[in-house]
Amino acid sequence: MGTHNSSSFNEHDALHELRHFLPAQAPLKDFIHHNTLHAFQNLKWDKALIRAEKMFGYKVSLSLDEYRNLYKAKRIKQENLERVIAERKGKESLVLWLNKTLTKDYDISTSPRIGALRHFWKSQYHINLDSVTHPKIFRILCSYLDQGISIWKFPVHEKGFLTSLREIEKNSSASIFKSKRVKKLFLETRCEIGSLLDILIGDEKLYKQYIFDQQFAHQGWSGMVCSIEDQPQSLLDPKKISLQELIILESLLEIDTLDSKLGENWAPLSHKLLGTPLDLFAPVETTELSEVLSIFQNAYEWTYYDNVLSGLKAVTPEPKKLATSFQAMFCIDDRECSLRRYIELNDHDCETFGTPGFFTVEFFFKPEHGKFYSKLCPAPVTPKYLIKEIDTKSVRKKDVHFTNQTHSLLRGWLISQTLGFWSALRLFLNIFRPTMSPATAHSFNHMDQFSQLTIENKDPKDIENGLQIGFNVDEMTTRVEALLKSIGLVKDFAPIIYVIGHGSSSVNNPHYAGYDCGACSGRPGSVNARVMCYMANKKEVREKLKQNGITIPETTQFLGGLHDTSRDEIAFFDENSLSPGNQDSHQRNKLTFSKSLDSNAKERSRRLVSIDTHLTAEKIHEKVKTRSVSIFEPRPELNHATNTLCIVGSRELTKGLFLDRRAFMNSYDYRIDPEGKILAGIMKPLGPVCGGINLEYFFSRVDNHKLGAGTKLPHNVMGLFGVANGIDGDLRPGLPLQMVEVHDPIRLLIIVEHFPNVVLSTIKSFDPMYEWFINEWINLIAVDPETKQFFLFKEGSFVPYEPISQTVETVKDMTPIIEKTLDNIPVYLVK
Amino acid sequence: MQSIIQYFVLLPFIGFIISLLIPRKNEKLLSNIIVYLVGLHFISFIGFVGYWLYIGHPLIDFKNLVLFESSGYEFFIDFYFDKVTVVYMTVGSFLTFLVTIYCSYYLHREEGYKRFFNTIMFFYTGYNLTVFAGNLETLFVGWEILGISSFLLIAFYRDRYLPVKNAFKVFSIYRLGDVGLILAMWACHHLFHENITFFQLKHDLLVNEHLESHTLIGIFVAIMILITAAAKSAQLPFSSWLPRAMEGPTPSSAIFYGSLSVHLGAFLLLRTYVLWEHQTSVRILIGLLGLTTSIVATGIARVQSSIKSQIAYSSISQIGLIFIELACGFEILSLIHFAGNAFLRTYQLLVSPSVVSYLIREQFYNFVPRPKSIEDSFSKKIKYTFYMLSLKEFNLDTLMYQLWRPLKIMGKSLNFINKKNVLYYFIPAYVIGIALLINEDYIPKQIHDYLPTLFSFIGFAMVLKSYTERKNVHLAWVLIIMNHFWIALAISFNEHYMYTQSLLYLSGIVVMGTVGHFTIKKLKAIETHVDLNQFNGHAYEHPKFAFVFLLSCLGLTGFPITPTFIGEDIIFTHIHEDQVALAFFTTSSLIIDGIAAIRIYARVFMGPHVKTYHESAFKSS
Repeated sequence: MGTHNSSSFNEHDALHELRHFLPAQAPLKDFIHHNTLHAFQNLKWDKALIRAEKMFGYKVSLSLDEYRNLYKAKRIKQENLERVIAERKGKESLVLWLNKTLTKDYDISTSPRIGALRHFWKSQYHINLDSVTHPKIFRILCSYLDQGISIWKFPVHEKGFLTSLREIEKNSSASIFKSKRVKKLFLETRCEIGSLLDILIGDEKLYKQYIFDQQFAHQGWSGMVCSIEDQPQSLLDPKKISLQELIILESLLEIDTLDSKLGENWAPLSHKLLGTPLDLFAPVETTELSEVLSIFQNAYEWTYYDNVLSGLKAVTPEPKKLATSFQAMFCIDDRECSLRRYIELNDHDCETFGTPGFFTVEFFFKPEHGKFYSKLCPAPVTPKYLIKEIDTKSVRKKDVHFTNQTHSLLRGWLISQTLGFWSALRLFLNIFRPTMSPATAHSFNHMDQFSQLTIENKDPKDIENGLQIGFNVDEMTTRVEALLKSIGLVKDFAPIIYVIGHGSSSVNNPHYAGYDCGACSGRPGSVNARVMCYMANKKEVREKLKQNGITIPETTQFLGGLHDTSRDEIAFFDENSLSPGNQDSHQRNKLTFSKSLDSNAKERSRRLVSIDTHLTAEKIHEKVKTRSVSIFEPRPELNHATNTLCIVGSRELTKGLFLDRRAFMNSYDYRIDPEGKILAGIMKPLGPVCGGINLEYFFSRVDNHKLGAGTKLPHNVMGLFGVANGIDGDLRPGLPLQMVEVHDPIRLLIIVEHFPNVVLSTIKSFDPMYEWFINEWINLIAVDPETKQFFLFKEGSFVPYEPISQTVETVKDMTPIIEKTLDNIPVYLVK
Repeated sequence: MQSIIQYFVLLPFIGFIISLLIPRKNEKLLSNIIVYLVGLHFISFIGFVGYWLYIGHPLIDFKNLVLFESSGYEFFIDFYFDKVTVVYMTVGSFLTFLVTIYCSYYLHREEGYKRFFNTIMFFYTGYNLTVFAGNLETLFVGWEILGISSFLLIAFYRDRYLPVKNAFKVFSIYRLGDVGLILAMWACHHLFHENITFFQLKHDLLVNEHLESHTLIGIFVAIMILITAAAKSAQLPFSSWLPRAMEGPTPSSAIFYGSLSVHLGAFLLLRTYVLWEHQTSVRILIGLLGLTTSIVATGIARVQSSIKSQIAYSSISQIGLIFIELACGFEILSLIHFAGNAFLRTYQLLVSPSVVSYLIREQFYNFVPRPKSIEDSFSKKIKYTFYMLSLKEFNLDTLMYQLWRPLKIMGKSLNFINKKNVLYYFIPAYVIGIALLINEDYIPKQIHDYLPTLFSFIGFAMVLKSYTERKNVHLAWVLIIMNHFWIALAISFNEHYMYTQSLLYLSGIVVMGTVGHFTIKKLKAIETHVDLNQFNGHAYEHPKFAFVFLLSCLGLTGFPITPTFIGEDIIFTHIHEDQVALAFFTTSSLIIDGIAAIRIYARVFMGPHVKTYHESAFKSS
């Protein structure tokens, strides 16, 4: 077989495009939320959804029935539905379209284009290729990429995927293939995709569509291969592999299967087509049904948004009080929203802030005795610094149940007769008295609470693997200043300023990394909090800050901490560094924190059926802690479920507002940033981070089968990097059902407190950022800080927006409402 | 005291019935009742064992219920209690108790919560029946329940393709194992001329005499039992089903495929110990089978890169060792080994999702780039070959697939059996057959001798066609019914017996066959797309139809819900020990009957729904 010269099939371009559409989820340990339909983000929201549905058969919105039920339940308000219809179809068509949305019957069945071409193998050749090739491919891939499950590893590694396979194939008496021709092809030719498709398909015009069909028959595995190809460092035990190699192997196996069933002489697929198959890439028409669904979705979203905006209007701004007891910074994460509320409620003299949980310090972290570095900053950033942990006090415990010995023949024989009975006891205890065990992923273990960190760089030559160890004073100053300015904390410092990162603890949870801090690349934020405090406490840094106009009183001390969001516990670091005066107030503040954490646990428990919400906060807190270490509990916490909002502005904007843990909150003071320079820095990551979280929840919720990971109960861990159902299923990217079932698919609404013209120029300053807004993947409202008027970003400009006013009740105490409500709670004003 | 035993079997059954009656929405009530019942079962059983030990652990045999009696034949339910029962029941009861508690939380809000507990209780009923069984007949009833509930548990996610496909695969292998048990029962009957109890086997000196004077039959019985045990315990060549059974929720895989179900093969060997104890050749065979399995399965386990398949193969290799222990006569050791292995694997599977965070953390601190393994000392050729073979599971899965191929090819060559021909030729042929039976005396002996085999062959052809039919659901269904009729006719020619026995046999078939027929008819009236060429998934919209049809399938396959299951047993007693062909066709028919019926159920009601208006998973997921 000669090399393939093609005219209409460009392998490079085809692979590039294919790669773009495949799921982009990294291996489990680096689980980071992203927009599931990122490939369509260059299109307007409505268009993108229709196209994604038609091409790949994804369900991209709630079903018509679900919307209609929401309407009946008044969760979609009539006024909002009418407003959306009037805006889109004109007032005169109101009745017509109301009729269509509310009563008309539609054929809602779908037939995706993907797979249409490849289906001819089944209809014309009566061969089910997938059932033969998939198990083989999955098995080979998983063994090759495996990170530590198998005892006997893939015997050849270094040379890349196909080269390793060839090496084995050459020297083994057992072959992957049945057909001699294919074995020869594999060992003796270069196996270009084009040449293989010449055999399989025979018509170049169809090649691109065919590899789409082929790879989308197992998009989980293909996506994982792409992700590892792009970021080999996401595996601790690095593997060389490419999508191209996967397609080559799969095509070879397809030829092999056909050869073994039909002999070596069969006509390529293009010769037996019945008519031209549907073109995967052809333009997609809008249908009446898709319009109806879009109208409903918008009305659904605006019913909620208007409730929030009415709430914002109801807040009567009080003059800002000086924080005399303490100030505390938390992550922007929606799970901190309620904790901040309780802290403020329990201590009226404190002030809280929200900012991305890496606290503007970016670095790699090397725990003591660790063999690797973990990145502790947002995923797209590549830090130049290294922080090392030394002087650790704790010892890691082992659990023999996860060790290889149990799988060997003779040791297994001994172990099963001895350890086996120990397992029975362990199982018993785990069910009746769940406790922390080595199997638990515990956020506090990320860093030893009492260890030391090499934060300061003493010598610029202190470099390890190209990374500078620690920061010098200038670098520290820049970061502290950036953090303080971004949250608007440049004066009136309280005696203690807490910097609290967050992480989560769970057991039996392969998606554990998705529960930690997204701004720290799916790790707990403890090290970042500690590093930031060290910097801000440093005398030299304070002096430099003073020169830059930020004067922090000498008595003010920064103190780091970590909030465990599933257990609702806070650990503080370096408490001994506090001055005696601050030590006393810290002990008082700890009571405030402790009380707030109890209340927070109670508020969270309203969604956890196994816990009676009417119990006292302390009792509930104990149950919440037990829950986080229970192996039978698939929902240690609900993570980002129900997130819908992102508020960039001062706390005064939302103070006293009950937002039901649905808001990301980034503190920001427009007054120190008239031109929006700081704002740009804040808003740039909002799309990928908050928008990513929001849309991953959105799509995993509306189509949990195809865009989510399905129910997690049957999941099987594959090679430590992914999960699949059973042993020969495709990998399941996306979020499992248990994470998203209570989520309402509503796009993120970002509310920015600044003048509309400044916000506009800010979002336009960076194209990828602008794309999120102009293509309507995120909704945006600017609040004029002076007039408090809302401006909605619509088709490239800000227009004044008046919400359909909803009454916002004022209550003294939310507890009775929390105790009796299972669903989402509307906005309340707590006074 | 003896009568207490029956309550242990009854309790899970009551739980099963109650679980069927509780409304779907009422999760809490359902799980509470189940947990308390299973807890009660566990505690009272432990109490009973204490008492039993106190009184000097006597062997207990309890004849519970005579279901059918005629001259020289008695079909009865019998319970037995000895140390094997104690160990298997303690482990089973303990694990089921803990896992039901586990599931009551773990499955919260899962679609099919109720169905899951129904199936678990059904399984547990079967387990109790099997473990307490005092004769092969009772054991067989339990065995059948285990088979079908396993199928339902594996296919718990019935709207996805792979679980249904794998469930059917496992069911087929189980069914194949059942041949062994049916034939062993048949041979035993001829050996002892009664339905002998395990108690009698152990105590009756006659047994040994019988066995010694009929060595060949003895060996036959032993080998049949070994086949059944090997299939159930995933020994070679059946091993590949076990990892594929891990499709249901993790706790159900843990308890059934990690521990209880998969160790029942060893249980069967323990139970029938007396039958093969004195046959050195069989003992060597069992030992060799165990040895080969444990070596091959260890090799496969070493290369597994998914956690559940790794645990599955490790478990298989340990069961291989248990087989060796049994072959050597180390009964106590094998019981300890069983208990330990069952606990260990259940726990390992239950905490298997934690493996990611645990091993990644371990790796983070202790990473060695290329750890040496034993295999590195092999030559390259041997190393790679063995790796490749292990990766391909020694082609065991392909082998299982090949096993059915001849049947499929034969079935496809029977295309002339279609609706028209059935109506115009086969039904008239049957009428002629009956006419012949009535005028039996006029048939020359040479011809008469061949008739049973001929008719059973026609029946066999019917069911083969049914098994491979891809279009017409009705035809496939009717063919299964006709198969039973042909068998009844064949046996009627074989021996003179009361025609009431045939009626007993056919009664269930007729009733359940009719019910099934009308279910399909009604479904077809509502749905345009009902065929056997692909999975139709109609359970999504018609769960009630699915349930009724499942019952009809069970009826048609001789499941203990109609008198047919006794009838089947009686029919077999009328096949003489030298009629190999007749026995072969009849057994094969019954085996494939079951597979064909469940195939119809799976294709029509399970798998991805043919209608696409709602979310459904990708076929590969």
